[in-house]
Amino acid sequence: MTTTTLHDVRFIEPAKTRNYLNEDYGFFSWVLTRDHKRIAILYLISVTIMFMVGGFFAMMMRLELLTPEGDLLTSDTYNKFFTLHGIVMIFFFLIPSIPAVLGNFILPLQLGAKDLAFPRINLLSWYLYIIGASFGTYVIISGGVDTGWTFYTPFSTQYSNTHVFATTLGAFIVGFSSILTGLNFIVTTHRMRAPGLTWFRLPLNVWALYATSIVMLLATPVLGITLIMLMIERVLHVGIFDPALGGDPLLYQHMFWFYSHPAVYIMILPAMGVASDVIAAFTRKRIFGYKFVAFSSLAIAFLGFLVWAHHMFVAGISVYSAMIFAFLSFFVAVPSAIKVFNWTATMYRASVSWQTPMLYAMGFIGLFTIGGVTGLFLASLGLDVHVTDTYFVVAHFHYVMVGGAVMAYMAGLHYWWPKITGRMYPEWWARLAALLIFVGFNLTFFPQFILGYLGMPRRYHAYAPEFQVLNVLSTAGASVLAVGYALPLVYLLLSLKLGRPAGPNPWGAVGLEWTTSSPPPKENFHETPVVTWEAYDYRGMMKAMGETQNV
Amino acid sequence: MLIADFPLFPDQASTMASKVDNLYLFLIALCGTVSVGVFLTIFYFAIKYRRRPDNEIAEDYEPPKILEVTWIVIPSILFLGIFVWASWVYFQLARVPDNSLQIYATAKQWMWKFQHPTGQREINELHVPVNRPIKITMASEDVIHSLYFPAFRTKMDVLPNRYRTMWFQATKTGRYHIFCAEYCGTLHSGMVGWVDVMEPTAYQTWLAGGSEGSLASQGEKLFQKYACNTCHTNDASGRGPVLIGVYGSSVMLSDNTIVPADDNYIRESILNPQAKIVKGFGPPSVMPTFQGQVSEDDLLKLLAFVKSLGSTRTAAPAVASPQSSTTTAAAQTTKEPKKKP
Repeated sequence: MTTTTLHDVRFIEPAKTRNYLNEDYGFFSWVLTRDHKRIAILYLISVTIMFMVGGFFAMMMRLELLTPEGDLLTSDTYNKFFTLHGIVMIFFFLIPSIPAVLGNFILPLQLGAKDLAFPRINLLSWYLYIIGASFGTYVIISGGVDTGWTFYTPFSTQYSNTHVFATTLGAFIVGFSSILTGLNFIVTTHRMRAPGLTWFRLPLNVWALYATSIVMLLATPVLGITLIMLMIERVLHVGIFDPALGGDPLLYQHMFWFYSHPAVYIMILPAMGVASDVIAAFTRKRIFGYKFVAFSSLAIAFLGFLVWAHHMFVAGISVYSAMIFAFLSFFVAVPSAIKVFNWTATMYRASVSWQTPMLYAMGFIGLFTIGGVTGLFLASLGLDVHVTDTYFVVAHFHYVMVGGAVMAYMAGLHYWWPKITGRMYPEWWARLAALLIFVGFNLTFFPQFILGYLGMPRRYHAYAPEFQVLNVLSTAGASVLAVGYALPLVYLLLSLKLGRPAGPNPWGAVGLEWTTSSPPPKENFHETPVVTWEAYDYRGMMKAMGETQNV
Repeated sequence: MLIADFPLFPDQASTMASKVDNLYLFLIALCGTVSVGVFLTIFYFAIKYRRRPDNEIAEDYEPPKILEVTWIVIPSILFLGIFVWASWVYFQLARVPDNSLQIYATAKQWMWKFQHPTGQREINELHVPVNRPIKITMASEDVIHSLYFPAFRTKMDVLPNRYRTMWFQATKTGRYHIFCAEYCGTLHSGMVGWVDVMEPTAYQTWLAGGSEGSLASQGEKLFQKYACNTCHTNDASGRGPVLIGVYGSSVMLSDNTIVPADDNYIRESILNPQAKIVKGFGPPSVMPTFQGQVSEDDLLKLLAFVKSLGSTRTAAPAVASPQSSTTTAAAQTTKEPKKKP
């Protein structure tokens, strides 16, 4: 692998003597740590376990759907599995994945800070996550929940006799984990940037995490309020959403989506940030239109609050309010389109490496584009009536959340793995896994667009026989995808022992995180860095490297 | 053969189907071009500018800024066009034609119950004539459901607290899927059925089958059973307002607001009489609530009865479109003149 030396302050001797991993030993040095890097590792372990749990439910669903009849699982079990798949993947994997794992580790490093602004709150947020996840685990063990991850009323408050209360309490608690992470990131970004690191010198990853944090801080409390109201109605029978008690079920949907649509941006904005950093590093270019990309993150965060009712075009809102929400939904697509085109343009006349993080990043752009344009289909009012609540929607949001967010998470995980662990992952195995994930993903979810247009509703345990061919394709794809996701679990763990030492900057990337040793020392930097260069200053780095091609 | 096993489109069996499909095809063409374009461009750049010993350093080149303006302005204009087109389709899906044949639906875990004005009731089956707009007024008895006809490209959530109205006009005879599209519990995927689109004559024959009297006449019996007729007399002597001619009119309330007397107004007035009180009859209204006492099915019958008492809005709602004049007799039952509470 290439070990590039950077010019001036960015090159610091990789002293492998002392780092955050070997600073302290023992169980309590981990669970009581206030080091953002160790907390990131705690999150990494937690969300990986949750990802496997959520993946298990997905796999069982796909196996059930091999045949039109409901033969593998009972209806109730199937309903619980898709509910748990959604809840686990969204609340316990996707939302914390990039911010709480990669963001936690990388944000202070990218800012040149010693830690986040509130290290104790950071640890608290992990504990809140664990308490929330414990409720989730309790629900899974004690019989599950069958409301769908959306908890629509009055089904969830009056009709379901599963563990709705424990589940919503878990989601409520884990919400505070996000709120505190968001708060921490915002304050850290404002207050703890290194000398010389102005806003427009920040990597786009920081901009994206900052925009995400705003959404986390402002939207999550609404989810908390909504879930509390749901719990009050379910337990105390106070009429809020249930018409039999004088409530209005549409009120619930408005409140739920007021959080849950912005929550989509909590998942995708940090993915965009990671993609920007990875693309710059592996093309050795500054991202084209840096400011447009930075501000489009903020625009998405803002507009994301104004489109929630596009989930409700057939639910019973007026024709005119549907038109307003459709109009705004088209406009939230503009900043996303800007990013896609800018990333693509960045690759022009670049030096494009085919290393694993870049493969994932390229996959991310492509799949996110498909996820984005199919969002236009759904924003198109007259068409949405036909495809909403069908597999078209399922395919659309998996393209955004798995094709987008998870691909970017994998890109970031491989990109920063040498920084986190100090060791390289095996490149060829990683490329194979990236390829399997890309192929498996498309085989799983592309047929679902067609299924949706044919009219197969989502959340169906048994289905009409004419939908079988496409469902078999989808299940076949899911098996490939499962192998693709299992591989990194194996080779990344093995690389902890067998991987080659990475050195401070294995990619020749520009950014403060690459100026310190790998793994970084407990206080991140041996001396406070002073920033004198623009973000992604590959031009400056290359000049400094001069004609020496010893890379 | 293989193609037949592998369809890409559902049946096009309604007047709206081709309009929705055209929009869909346009979006596939447009978005497909953009997506494939992005894919190919990335792939091309990744190969052409791959890192090689003579390409370790990216060129010191930045594309012109005008590019960025281009891909802000062009998508915005395209989005605006799609928005207008899609809204036009949505408007047509939302606007129920005046000459529609009225059918009532009740959703409950886990079945669809349809009631025809002539009194026929069916479960998970719906018989309708071809080439005739059909209007479905529906409510749920429990949770939220969603009535979905893929072949007609239309769907609407069915709510437990109010009536909602959807319509379609089938253009091809045949049997098509009915799905519940909003998750509603254990047997959600079993809450399915078939819509039978029939030739008008066949529909007539079907209508001639068993019925317990028209929906309005069943409603009239309920009107007496619940003793509504003791107060809602047909002259001004009763303790409640006269209902003749109310449906479809505008009603002046006790707080001087004027509301339209539509399906949801009638429903609310039965279930929650204090919500909207006609001027001169309170507040408070002397009428007791019937919440929890009248089932959704019976509510629809009462509604049909109140409708039959006369409507000032649509003079002749039931006259069929020309090509289905044979169904007129059946359709006339909407206006069946059985009054005198």
